[in-house]
Amino acid sequence: MNPIIRFSNVTKRFGALTVLRDFDFEVKQGEKVTLIGPSGSGKSTVLRILMTLEPFQEGTLTLAGMPYHEPDGHGPFKAREKHLRQIRSHVGMVFQSFNLFPHMTVLRNVIEAPVRVLGLSRNEAECRAVDLLNMVGLADKKDHYPSQLSGGQQQRVAIARALAMRPRVLLFDEPTSALDPQLVGEVLGVIRSLAHEHDLTMLLVTHEMRFAREVSDRVCFFDKGQIVEQGEPERIFSSPEQPRTREFLASVLG
Amino acid sequence: MMYGFAWDTSTPLAYAISILPILGIGLIVTLEATVCGFAIAMGVGLVFALLRRAKSRLITWPVGLIVEFLRDTPLLIQLFFLFYVLPQFGIVLPAFLTGALALGLQYSAYTSEVYRAGLEAIGRGQWEAATALNLTRAQTYRDVVIPQAIPRIVPALGNYLVSMLKDTPVLSVITVVDMLNLANLIGDRTFEYLVPLSLVGLIFLILTLGCSALIHVIERVLPKRGIALR
Ligand SMILES: Nc1ncnc2c1ncn2[C@@H]1O[C@H](COP(=O)(O)OP(=O)(O)OP(=O)(O)O)[C@@H](O)[C@H]1O
Ligand SMILES: [Mg+2]
Repeated sequence: MNPIIRFSNVTKRFGALTVLRDFDFEVKQGEKVTLIGPSGSGKSTVLRILMTLEPFQEGTLTLAGMPYHEPDGHGPFKAREKHLRQIRSHVGMVFQSFNLFPHMTVLRNVIEAPVRVLGLSRNEAECRAVDLLNMVGLADKKDHYPSQLSGGQQQRVAIARALAMRPRVLLFDEPTSALDPQLVGEVLGVIRSLAHEHDLTMLLVTHEMRFAREVSDRVCFFDKGQIVEQGEPERIFSSPEQPRTREFLASVLG
Repeated sequence: MMYGFAWDTSTPLAYAISILPILGIGLIVTLEATVCGFAIAMGVGLVFALLRRAKSRLITWPVGLIVEFLRDTPLLIQLFFLFYVLPQFGIVLPAFLTGALALGLQYSAYTSEVYRAGLEAIGRGQWEAATALNLTRAQTYRDVVIPQAIPRIVPALGNYLVSMLKDTPVLSVITVVDMLNLANLIGDRTFEYLVPLSLVGLIFLILTLGCSALIHVIERVLPKRGIALR
């Protein structure tokens, strides 16, 4: 089976700083992959490129076979908005800082895009939203505003909001890093339940090593814009081969 | 006698009452100038603000220069410029329109800053969330950015509305017949300036107080639940 995500020779620069150099990376459909690595190594950048929030300068990236830039004469790395929107329709993202729309109720946050973008009727969108809010355990908060919720609750709403668009690939960028320690568990619980969804491809950046070990099919250790070592979580965590991986794990696991 | 109304200078009160209808005609001009000027300021200011957010410096720099120029030169000079210089280039506008345009353009520099601050208060995270949900740019402005920006910009716009109202008497220097101009004309004829000028001052006071009250009401009823206004 073809991978749903394929980076080949992707180079990403911010001005003079090269964050990814000749980056190769593949993810199979339904696979749950965790990226770990030191701060500044480019983990977020990988997710942000996938979400079309960042352009890249060289190489090719495909999602379900669709290249991010159009193959016709539009210049290799300039993609038209229409094309990017087509790619985006398969990808969702959960941010470290939740980024809920503060002026909308929880329900409105979840139905906004399905109504506007997918063209669902309000009724249908609400039914689905309530189902999703049930799944994250927040159906009773549907008429609250984000500011009335705890961080953990906001992040669960953000997950429901992303799922409402029925993405094939869901990206999580440190979804629990902004949370008080006692709220981390409830968010991880929701992500854990998603990990059982067979078809959903998940790409997760996290510092929660125990959680990564538990939910991932594959863990990738990232350093300086490169995957230094990857493999099944058991192997990476119990017997890392690369010295840099060992060093990193020693520093985070204490 | 003016506009068919005669004045009665027997007592200050009678004088004031007799010239009130005349000043009322000027009041309408004052209000019209404020409304037109402010409509221009809100529209042009928004265009400036959006252009200054453009990606290309070929757009942002000239627009920034124009805004600085409009903001940092006196209204009176802009007014004279439009009134005396434009006709030399064959553009002849009625005095009222020239006045409203000058007010509107100067204030568009202020309103563009208000819009800009309002738009910038909406963080990058909101835009990114909207992108991740595949909303279009237009949908993002309409449903995410503008509803959050409005409660932030209305108070500042309200202040400029009051301020513009107080600037309208400047238009009398280019022959617009507003309240101040009429008060002067009445004084020229009766040799009694105190009452007409005081009356104009009083009317302005009432107008600005009313305007401020109205803005407070608007601020109150604006939907702003959930939005952290500092
Ligand atoms: N918009 C930007 N402009 C310039 N440099 C950037 C930008 N975004 C990221 N960088 C740089 O790119 C590098 C990789 O950043 P990235 O956010 O992907 O790291 P990360 O692995 O997610 O780190 P962290 O664990 O701290 O989130 C960093 O050196 C960062 O400073
Ligand atoms: Mg990061």
